[in-house]
Amino acid sequence: MSVELISANHAAALSATLAARANRTARGFCSGVYPITPSTECMEYLCGQEIEKGTVVRADSEHNAMGICIGASAAGARSFTTTCSNGLAYMVENCVAAAGYRLPIVMSVANRTLGPPWNIWADHGDSLLLRDLGWLQLYSADNQEVFDTVLCAFKLAEDPRMLMPALCCMDGFILSHTMAQVDVPSQEQIDRFLPLTDIPHRLDKTAHTLGQMEAPHASVVHRMQHHQAMLGAEQIYAEIQNSFAEIFGRRPADPLVTYRTEDAETLLVSMGTLGVTAERVVDQLREQGKAVGAVRVRMFRPMLDTGLRKIFAGKKRIAVLDRDISIGFGGVLWGEVRGFADPGAIVQNYMVGVAGGDVRPEHMLNLLADLEQRHESGAPQIVEVA
Amino acid sequence: MMNEPALNGMACTDRDRRDPLLRPGNSNCGGCGMSNLLQMLRRATGERELKMVVPACCAAVTGGSFPESVFGIPAIMSTFASAASVATGVAAVAQLNGEETRVICLAGDGGTYDIGMGTLSAAAERNEDILYICYDNEIYGNTGGQRSSATPAGAATTSTPRGKQETKKDIIGIMAAHRIPYAASISLAHIDDTLRKLQFALDARGFRFLHVLSPCPTGWKSEPAMGIELVRLAVRSGLFPVFEVFDGERYVINIEPEFSNEALMMYLSLQRRFRNTGVTEESLQPNIERYWNYLRLMSGRIVPAKRN
Ligand code: SF4
Repeated sequence: MSVELISANHAAALSATLAARANRTARGFCSGVYPITPSTECMEYLCGQEIEKGTVVRADSEHNAMGICIGASAAGARSFTTTCSNGLAYMVENCVAAAGYRLPIVMSVANRTLGPPWNIWADHGDSLLLRDLGWLQLYSADNQEVFDTVLCAFKLAEDPRMLMPALCCMDGFILSHTMAQVDVPSQEQIDRFLPLTDIPHRLDKTAHTLGQMEAPHASVVHRMQHHQAMLGAEQIYAEIQNSFAEIFGRRPADPLVTYRTEDAETLLVSMGTLGVTAERVVDQLREQGKAVGAVRVRMFRPMLDTGLRKIFAGKKRIAVLDRDISIGFGGVLWGEVRGFADPGAIVQNYMVGVAGGDVRPEHMLNLLADLEQRHESGAPQIVEVA
Repeated sequence: MMNEPALNGMACTDRDRRDPLLRPGNSNCGGCGMSNLLQMLRRATGERELKMVVPACCAAVTGGSFPESVFGIPAIMSTFASAASVATGVAAVAQLNGEETRVICLAGDGGTYDIGMGTLSAAAERNEDILYICYDNEIYGNTGGQRSSATPAGAATTSTPRGKQETKKDIIGIMAAHRIPYAASISLAHIDDTLRKLQFALDARGFRFLHVLSPCPTGWKSEPAMGIELVRLAVRSGLFPVFEVFDGERYVINIEPEFSNEALMMYLSLQRRFRNTGVTEESLQPNIERYWNYLRLMSGRIVPAKRN
C-alpha cells in the first residue's frame, strides 16, 4: 500500500493497469483506446504502462476502441477503455453489442456535456445514454472512489453471476483533472483481490457463434436473464466490499451513500461530486438546527429501489439534483427515483450544473429554500449556475 | 467422397477440414457465391484453427438463429462497421497467449467498401494479424439490394433503379496503398488460383486482404446455376482482374484475360441488373482498358493462368 498524489483519470488508469497485470497468468489484458477530453489523460497513462501479457491498441475511433475491447473480451482477456461525451455517443452502437454479448468490459467515463454547441465541462448526460443498455453504472465522488470503483468493477463485471460491462463515471475536470491523495494497494494485494478473468462463453475451440440472430422469444429470454443478473449486483458488490476490506484494510464506498439521513426531514439526492457539496450544505444547515440529510446514488444501474425506499421512508421533502437534462422531461435521476418516496412527499427536481456550471453551496441553499416553501412539487426546474 | 458441383467438380479429400465451415441448413440463397467461397475456404484451411468475425451482412444472416449456428468454427457477429476492430482484439489476445489461431473477417462489400472502410483502413495501417476476406456481391444483399460503392456503374439496384452512375471503388488499390503484406483478388471460377491464395493468405502474418467477386443471383437477377460462369466471364472480359499485390508494391497478374467482347456481352446479358440502364460493352471498354494499362504498368510482367 502506498499513497500517491494523482488525478482521477490517472487513478482509473492505474487501477486498470494493476488489474491488467493481475491477469497475467490467465489470458492477459487487451484494451482499445481513443482520446477525447477530459478522459484523454486516462488513455495516455495506460499507453505508457508496461503490462506483462497485455497490450493497448491505439484505435482509430471510439466505435472501434470498443470494437477492440469486444474482440479482446470475447477472446477471454480482461479489457478496459475510457471515453466520454461525443466519444461515448459515437461508441454507443458497440456498447449495445458489448452488453448483448455479456462481456465484462470496464470503462471509465470522465463525464462531459454532449455537443454541439461544443462544451467540455461536466454533465452526466453522456453516460446516461447507456442507461438502458445493460451496463452496470457506478458514479464516484473523489479520486479514491474512482480507483476503488474501477478495481471493484472488474470483480463485479467478471463475476460469473454477472458477466456484463461496467461503467465507472467521474465528473469531467472536477475529478478527472484534480490531483488528490489516493491509497494504492500493492500488486500482490490486487492479485489476491481480483480473480483471474474467466469468460465461460469466450471464443475457444468449439463452434459456437456469439451475437447471432435470435427469434423474439429467445431474445426476450436473454434480456430477462441479463436483467435478473444485474439485479443481483448489490449483493455481489457487498461480497466484494467485504473481500476488499479484508485484503486492503479499508472499505470501498457503498452503492448508496447516506449522510445524516436518519433523522432528516429533507433530503438532497444526487450523483457524483454534487453529493460532496450536498454533504457540506447538510453540515451547514444542521448547525442551524435544520434536519437535512444527503443521499448519493453511486450505483445507478441497477437502480437500488428497495434501498432508496428505505432511505426515503418518512421524508417529507426531497430535492433531487440532476447534472443532466432529459429534454422534454426533466432530470434523469429524478425521473428514476421519485416513485420511491412516500405518497404525499414533495419530490422536487432541480437540474444544477447542467452543461458544466460550477455548483456551489449557495446554489443548494437557494434551492432548499425554494423546496421549504413548497406545498407540492412542481415542474422540474433548471437552476442556473456558473 | 463425391464430387461437389459447387466446387466445379473438385472432390472433397482427406486434406479437407473435417467439419464444414458452412454447415447444411444455412439460409444462403441458391447460387450464392459466398457459399462457394466458404467451401473453398474449408478446403484451404485444412486443420488450421480458425476464429471468424462477421459484421452485419448476408453471412451474418446465414449464421442462422440461436441456439443453432451454421458456422463450423467459433464466430462472433460484430456490428456493421466493426469487423476489423473486433478481429484486432481477438488476434491480439491470440498473440498474447501464443496461439496459432488464424483470425478471419468475412465481410460483404458494404462493411468493407463503405461503413467499415475506416475500421478496415485502421487495422491495415496497424498491420494487425488478420485475414480480411470481402465477398463482394456488389450490393447490400442483407438489406435487399441497394447500391454500395462496390456496385459497378450501370447496375440497377433498389436505390438506383435507373442504374448506378458512379464507377466501383478500386478496393485492392486502396488496400495496396496501405502497404499491407498481401492483397489479392480471387475468381471463384479458377479454383487452383483460389486455393493457392487462400492458403497463402491463411499462413501469412500481418494484415492480408482478399477480394472475392461473389455472384448474388438475388441482387444480380441472374440464374443461380450461372454464378461461377458469370465470374469466369467477368475475368475473361477483363472486367474483374485477378492479381495479387505483395507489400503494396509488387503486383502480379495471375490470369491474362482474353478481353473478349463476346464475354463482356454475355456477362451483361446474363444478368437483369444491367438491362435498360444504358450500359453496353462499348461503354465499359474504356474503363477496362484504362485499368489494365495501370495494372501492366504496376506489374511489369504477366503470369499466364493455369487453365481450369
Ligand atoms: S442475397 Fe446474394 S449475397 Fe446474400 S445470400 Fe442471397 S445470393 Fe448470397
